Amino acid sequence: MSTPAGPPTAADAASTSLPGTGITVALFATCVNDTLFPGTPKAVVTVLERLGCRVVFPREQTCCGQMFTNTGYFDEALPSVRAYAKAFADYDYIVGPSGSCVGAVRDQHPMLARRTGDPGLVVASERVAARTLDLSEFLVDVLGVTDVGASFPHRVTYHPTCHSLRVTRVGDRPFRLLRAVRGLDLVDLPEAEQCCGFGGTFSLKNADVSVAMANDKADNVVSTGAEYVVAGDNSCLLNIGGVLARRRSSVTPIHLAEILASTEEAAS
Amino acid sequence: MNARDEILARTRAALADVTPSDADVQVPWTYGQPVEVGDVLATFVERVEDYRATVVRCAASELPAAIAAGLKFTGTDKAVVPTGLDPEWLSAATGVRFVSEDAGQLGNDDLNRLDGVVTAAAVGIAETGTIVLDHGPGQGRRALTLVPDRHVCVITAEQVVSGVPEAVARLRPSIAARRPLTWISGPSATSDIELSRVEGVHGPRQLYVIVVG
Amino acid sequence: MSEQTHQRLTPAPPSGQLIDSPRFPVAAKHELGNAQQRANLRHATHTIRDKRARVVGELDNWEQLRLAGEAIKNKVLRNLPDHLVRLEASLTANGATVHWARDAAEANRIVVGLVQATGSHEVVKVKSMATQEIELNEALEDAGIAAWETDLAELIVQLGHDRPSHILVPAIHRNRTEVRDIFREEMGRYGTPAPPDLDDNPANLANAARGHLRDKFMRAKVAVSGANFAIADTGSLVVVESEGNGRMCLTLPDTLISVVGVEKVLPSFDDLEVFLQLLPRSSTAERMNPYTSIWSGRREGDGPQDVHVVLLDNGRTRALADREGRQALRCIRCSACLNICPVFEKVGGHAYGSVYPGPIGAILNPQIRGTASEVDRSLPFASTLCGACGDVCPVRIPIPELLVHLRHEVVEAKKADHGVHLPHAEPLMMRSGGWVMGDHRRLEAAQRASTLGGGLLGRFTDHLGPLPWPLSAWTSARDVPTPPTETFREWWRRVRGDDPGPAASGDTPAGHTPEETR
Repeated sequence: MSTPAGPPTAADAASTSLPGTGITVALFATCVNDTLFPGTPKAVVTVLERLGCRVVFPREQTCCGQMFTNTGYFDEALPSVRAYAKAFADYDYIVGPSGSCVGAVRDQHPMLARRTGDPGLVVASERVAARTLDLSEFLVDVLGVTDVGASFPHRVTYHPTCHSLRVTRVGDRPFRLLRAVRGLDLVDLPEAEQCCGFGGTFSLKNADVSVAMANDKADNVVSTGAEYVVAGDNSCLLNIGGVLARRRSSVTPIHLAEILASTEEAAS
Repeated sequence: MNARDEILARTRAALADVTPSDADVQVPWTYGQPVEVGDVLATFVERVEDYRATVVRCAASELPAAIAAGLKFTGTDKAVVPTGLDPEWLSAATGVRFVSEDAGQLGNDDLNRLDGVVTAAAVGIAETGTIVLDHGPGQGRRALTLVPDRHVCVITAEQVVSGVPEAVARLRPSIAARRPLTWISGPSATSDIELSRVEGVHGPRQLYVIVVG
Repeated sequence: MSEQTHQRLTPAPPSGQLIDSPRFPVAAKHELGNAQQRANLRHATHTIRDKRARVVGELDNWEQLRLAGEAIKNKVLRNLPDHLVRLEASLTANGATVHWARDAAEANRIVVGLVQATGSHEVVKVKSMATQEIELNEALEDAGIAAWETDLAELIVQLGHDRPSHILVPAIHRNRTEVRDIFREEMGRYGTPAPPDLDDNPANLANAARGHLRDKFMRAKVAVSGANFAIADTGSLVVVESEGNGRMCLTLPDTLISVVGVEKVLPSFDDLEVFLQLLPRSSTAERMNPYTSIWSGRREGDGPQDVHVVLLDNGRTRALADREGRQALRCIRCSACLNICPVFEKVGGHAYGSVYPGPIGAILNPQIRGTASEVDRSLPFASTLCGACGDVCPVRIPIPELLVHLRHEVVEAKKADHGVHLPHAEPLMMRSGGWVMGDHRRLEAAQRASTLGGGLLGRFTDHLGPLPWPLSAWTSARDVPTPPTETFREWWRRVRGDDPGPAASGDTPAGHTPEETR
C-alpha cells in the first residue's frame, strides 16, 4: 500500500507532470467493498495517488441502495440516495470500483429522487450521478491513461460483469488497462458476457437457478487455465469465487483495481 | 356499453396522462430510401441462393429456354399457368403439360395433383433475397404458388430493388388496389427442431428463380 | 376424426390452469432437474444467439431501425383509440367483419360462434400467441370443434399433450428424438400417420408433418390466425412465417378468423419497411423469413371470402394505463429476449406459467393478468437484471427497468396485504436495512458486527460454510470469505485521519441489527 497523503512535499512538487495532478477524487468505496473487501478501495487509493490525484473519502457515504431498489423497495432506497447526494455534493469526480454501484447511482438515483417530488433532491441526485464514474472510466477517459504502472506476472481471465457491460457500459476500458499491465497474460473467457447468476437478491430468491448459472461461469473460468479471475465488481466475484472455493479450485478472484495497484516493488 | 365502446373507453382512460405533445411522436426515420448493397442484381442472386433456391440469369430472348430448363431441373411434369402469363414464355417447354388457372374451376385438390407453377413477380429485394408477388397478371391467385411443390419464378432486372424500404414503396400501388402480397424468401423452411433450418415443409419445396436482363 | 378413444377431438393438454402455476422459483427448481431439457435449451438458445448476432451485424443502421421501431410503436400506443378506429374502418371497407373482445371469454365466444355459423367441426390454425393466450383451442374443443395446430412446433406441442415453452419455437425444449417418438405415437390417432420407419432426421420429421397436415389443409373450411401487424391505413393484416402452413390457412379455407391484440396496429403500410427488417433478424435470425402474407380483407376470387377480425383487449388496456409498463406493449413477439436470457436458458418456458415466458413474459404477464396470482407476483423477480434482454430488444423495451418497476408494484401489493396476512420478513428487513444506510454512523455500527465476527472466525478459517437463513440459500453451494477485521473506513480513519468533508456530529448510533443480505 502507498503511504498516506500528507501535507505537500518536495516529491509532490516534482510530480506536477502526473496525469492526475491537481485533480481531487472523492472515493465511493461502496458498502460491500467497505465492509467485506477493503483491499479494493485501498487499491483504488494506491492507483489514483500513484497517478497524482488527491483522494478523499467522504465519510458520510453509505451505499448506492441498489439492493433495495432492485428488490422493489423504492422507499427503503431513498435514505441511501439522500446520503449519497449529501456526501458527494461538493466533488467534481466521484470514483467507485464497481460498475454495478456506479450504474445504480447513474441510472436509478434520479428516478428514485423524482418519485419523491422533492425538486432539491432531484437536482442534487442528477448532479452527483453525472459526476460518478467507474474506476476504469476515470482512468481511461479523465486521466487518459491505460498504463498505470502496474505489474502482475500472472495468467488472468476477465469476466466483464453485466452491470459494467450493460448498465455503466465501461466497454473495452478494462481490457485496455489489463493489456498494459506488465507481465500479465490475459486469456479469453468463454461465454464471457453471460451473467454469473448473482443478481443481488436473485441469488437468494432464485437460489437454484443462480447456482446453476454460477456453476456454468465457474466451469468457463476453470477452462481457461487462469490463476486469477478478474472483474470490476466484487459482488460478482463473491459469487464466482464462492463456487470456486467450494470446489477447492485454485483460481483466485481478484478485483481489477487490485491488479492495477500491483507493482514489482509491492510484489517483492 | 358494447365491447367496442368499452375497449375504446378503457383505452382513452388508460392514456389520460398523455398530452397532445406526448402523443405527437416524431419517427426518426426517412422512408423509402435505398440501402447500400453494392451490385443490386449480384447481391439478389447471392442472397436468394443463400436460401438454397436455384437462381439463373438470362437475356429476354433466352427466357423460354430458361423456363423450359427450370421446369426440367425441378422435375415438373404438370404445371399450372396463371392468367395473364405471356404464352410465349412457355413455348420451349415441350415436354410439360400446362393447365391454365382460368380453365374451369381448379379446386385445392386439383392444384394438389399438379406438381409445379410458372409465374412472374412484382418486386425483388436484393438485400434479403426476397421475391414479392402481388398476385397481378401472370402471378396467379395465392393458392397457385402454394399448393404445387415446385415454383419457377421469373423476375426482371428492373423489378429488383436494393432493400426492404424501396420494395415497400414500390408495392404501395398494389396494396392500394387491395391486392394481397406474398413475400417469398427461398423455399418453405422450418427451424422448429433444435433451431436448425430445414428446407421444405408445406409451401413449394423447390424455388427456381430466373432473373431476366 | 373417428380415431379417438375419448370424447376429445384433439390431444388433451396437461391438466390445470396456467394462472395456477407455482411460483417461479418452485417451478424453476423442477425444470432444472430435467437434464435433457437443459441440454436441448442450451443447444438451441446458443445456436440462435450466434445467428442473430451475425445477421444483425450485417446492418450498419440497426440502431436507427430500433429507434424507428420504438418511435412508431410509441406513436401507435399514445394514439391507440384513433388508430383502432381507423383500422376498423379500413378493414370494414375491405369487406372484413370486425369484432371486439374485452377478454378471453368474449373472444372465445365470438370465434366459437363464427365457426358454428359455418357448420364446420374443425379449424386449421396458424401459430398465434393471442389464441394461445386466450386458450381458444380448449374453448373450441368444448364446443365440439377440433382445432388443428399447423406450425411444426405447435404440432409437436399439441401431439405431445404439452404446453408451448417459447414464443417463436414452442417445442424448443424437445430434441429431434423426442419429436420422432411423439410423431410415431400420436399422428395416426388424429389423421395421417407418420411413416413407420420415421427416423429423427429433422428433414424427415418436417416431411412427416407435411404428410400429416396436407389432408387437413385440403379439406379445411375454416382457419384461425393471429397477425403480426394490423395496418390501419390500408386495412391489411400481416402474418410472418416460415413453413407455408400460414399461407395454407390464410389462402385455402372459405372462412378466415384472425384474433389480433389491440396493440398490433401500425399506422401505415409504409411502417412495414422498419418492422420487416427488425422482426426476422431478431426472431429466426434470418435476413427475411421464408413467407410473409399480407391481405386486405376479402379479395374476390382469391382466398377466404368470409373474413373476420377479432380485436382483443384481455388486459392490454390495463398495461396501457401504466406509464412505465405500457412500453411492454411495443413487443413484436420476436423472442430475442428469451434466446439471450441466461435464466430462460436454464429453466425453459414452462417455469413462467404463461404462454409468454422469458424476460418479456416476466414484464407482460403481471401487467395483463395482474399481480393477484402467486406466479405473476414471482415473475418480475425471475431475472438477474443482467440487461442482455434490453440490449437485443428490436423495439428497445427497457426490460430490466420494467422488471424493477414491477418488482416495486409487487412489493407495494405485498405491503398492502399486511392488513390480512402475517407480515413478511422481507419488508421488515428492507426497512431496517434502508434505515441503516440512511446515515453513515448507523452503517458503521452495523459494520462492527461484521468485523467482530471476522475477528472471531478469522482465527479458525478464511472461508465460511453454511450460514443461517436467509443466507443459507447462498451458502448451499458457495463458500463465503470470512469478513475482514477492519473495514475500509476504519482503515482510512486510522491511517489518514478524518476526511476533509463536512464534519460528523458525534451522537450515538441506534442499536440496530445489520441486514447485509445483498
